[in-house]
Amino acid sequence: MAEVVLSGLSKSFGREAAVIDMNMTIDNGSFVVLLGPTGAGKTTTLRLISGLEQADSGSVSIDGRVVNTETPAQRDVAMVFQQYSLYPHLSVRNNLAFPLRSPILNTSKSEIERKVQEVAEILQITGKLDNKATELSGGEMQRVSIGRALVRDPAIYLMDEPLSSLDARLRADLRIELKRIHADLGSTLLYVTHDQIEAMTMATHVGVLEAGKLVQFGSPRDIYENPNSVYVAGRLGLPRINILPADMFAATSGRASTIGLRPEHISYGEGIDAQVKRVEHLGDQTRLHLQVGEHAITALSPAGNPYQAGSTVKIQPMNPLCFDEHGDRIAGITL
Amino acid sequence: MSYSITEPTSRQKWFAGTLVILYAVITMIPLLWIMMTSFKTPPDSISYPPKVFYTPSLEGYVNLFTTRTRVSPETLASLPPPENFAEEIVRGRDMVIAGPSKFGGRFLNSVIIGFGSTFLSIFLGTLAAYAFSRFKIPLADDLLFFILSTRMMPPIAVAIPIFLMYRKLGLSDTHLGMILLYTAVNISLAVWLLKGFIDEIPREYEEAALIDGYTRFQAFYKVVLPQAATGIASTAIFCLIFAWNEYAFAVLLTSGTAQTAPPFIPTIIGVGGLDWPAIAAGATLFLLPVMIFTVMLRKHLLRGITFGAVRK
Repeated sequence: MAEVVLSGLSKSFGREAAVIDMNMTIDNGSFVVLLGPTGAGKTTTLRLISGLEQADSGSVSIDGRVVNTETPAQRDVAMVFQQYSLYPHLSVRNNLAFPLRSPILNTSKSEIERKVQEVAEILQITGKLDNKATELSGGEMQRVSIGRALVRDPAIYLMDEPLSSLDARLRADLRIELKRIHADLGSTLLYVTHDQIEAMTMATHVGVLEAGKLVQFGSPRDIYENPNSVYVAGRLGLPRINILPADMFAATSGRASTIGLRPEHISYGEGIDAQVKRVEHLGDQTRLHLQVGEHAITALSPAGNPYQAGSTVKIQPMNPLCFDEHGDRIAGITL
Repeated sequence: MSYSITEPTSRQKWFAGTLVILYAVITMIPLLWIMMTSFKTPPDSISYPPKVFYTPSLEGYVNLFTTRTRVSPETLASLPPPENFAEEIVRGRDMVIAGPSKFGGRFLNSVIIGFGSTFLSIFLGTLAAYAFSRFKIPLADDLLFFILSTRMMPPIAVAIPIFLMYRKLGLSDTHLGMILLYTAVNISLAVWLLKGFIDEIPREYEEAALIDGYTRFQAFYKVVLPQAATGIASTAIFCLIFAWNEYAFAVLLTSGTAQTAPPFIPTIIGVGGLDWPAIAAGATLFLLPVMIFTVMLRKHLLRGITFGAVRK
């Protein structure tokens, strides 16, 4: 448990800049989720913090001490890799015990036994403890790989899409479990994901990366409701936010060139005509795929769902987000 | 008629099996003949037509391990009864055992030099291969090519410079000298083979170990080495076979204290005639260590020699 501060962190591989001048403070006990498409620098950020990569410039400090020159072992971080990286020659039990047996932790035998058992129960892999790591299914491997981090009590847990290869149910279980571990132990986590639900449900803070730069950092709600650019707005929200010309609904005042409309930010009955192309019933909600001129819009249907494919509805925006011609948010104005 | 790619018919299996066994038997005949000869008496070994069925005798092995002197029948009669089977066999030829032969010592030299150089080649080769595989080394490709280039001519081509060097350095006819020489020849093979194996081991395992609190060397020792076991085993077999069978340098550089078995065995010829059973016994015993070593490591070997054929 510790505060982790990145200041002016940069790293490039050859001519490719992976992380550019990153400043971020991960408060003690916070759960920070990094969002961004492939190649945005999320994994590199984790590797820089863990010490697997050396920063070109800038510094990483953990618990107030600059760790730039320390080895990964000295930094006291735990990491869950995207590709599991279980030791194939060891059993599940020994994989879980491996970090505890390290010369740095040097845990007693009974303590190892207890911790391994405890983590195995949380991750529902008690029955597989004596299997070789290579004899597991993908989901089981991923759980062992999470378990290998959880047996420790590190300064920070770094997790690189740890739930990506699990089935929906297990993912939901582990999401709750991770959240519980975070809440109970007060651990600090830095978590990379593509999954909006993971980001929204678990994070205390979300950092959005674009091409190696941290473009926005805030609470998940803040990122969702007040994105500072079209790019950030597109990172959260499913179905994705609709980006439309600002003058589509009415003549604009001022600098707005595009507006962003979340599917739930569309009201029906007044406004301009939209053609209903398709209706998707998802159970708890119904989505409408609308067409206005050349623009496709995805919207949430109002309760009662009176619309059919082929019909025409009148729509208008509610509290849209306005962006200028560079895609930057123009705060404080609406249409 | 239907064909299946995956499942051969029983007739095909039977045919293929017969073919393989037949081929194996044919290639094994010289080996079997040497083993058979080692259990013949000298007259049986040179009889014409050759004897396939004979009464086995240990005379070849006794002759291999002893030196003998001929004595007169009177002396022979005056001796106390033979103490063991070896003496009995020797006296049957009107001789007595004068002492042990040099074979035991030569065989031990082969074991020390063969396994010593194999160990050193694998030890240095694994470390070098790991470094080439994992670290950014300036001119790594050129260095690797240079290492390989030491095998681009037959090693014996440098025999004369090595002979002169060894004489100056006092390494001629020493165990250390032979171990260093065979290691120098084997190390290029070891580095190249092992680099291939270590390249195949994903770096993430070591990275995981580094984060789990281990140093790089501990990660290498606890994570990389166990996974490179297959490669190390098959490389060790190749190195041992070379060092064990090497003849030319052994003839040139050793004569006494460090002489290995290959140059020694032919010297049996000429000590009291062509003692084929003794030579065959020497060859048979000489085969055993490599055979045992290979059998011990056989489960690694198949994957080792088919390495690279199948992508995971």
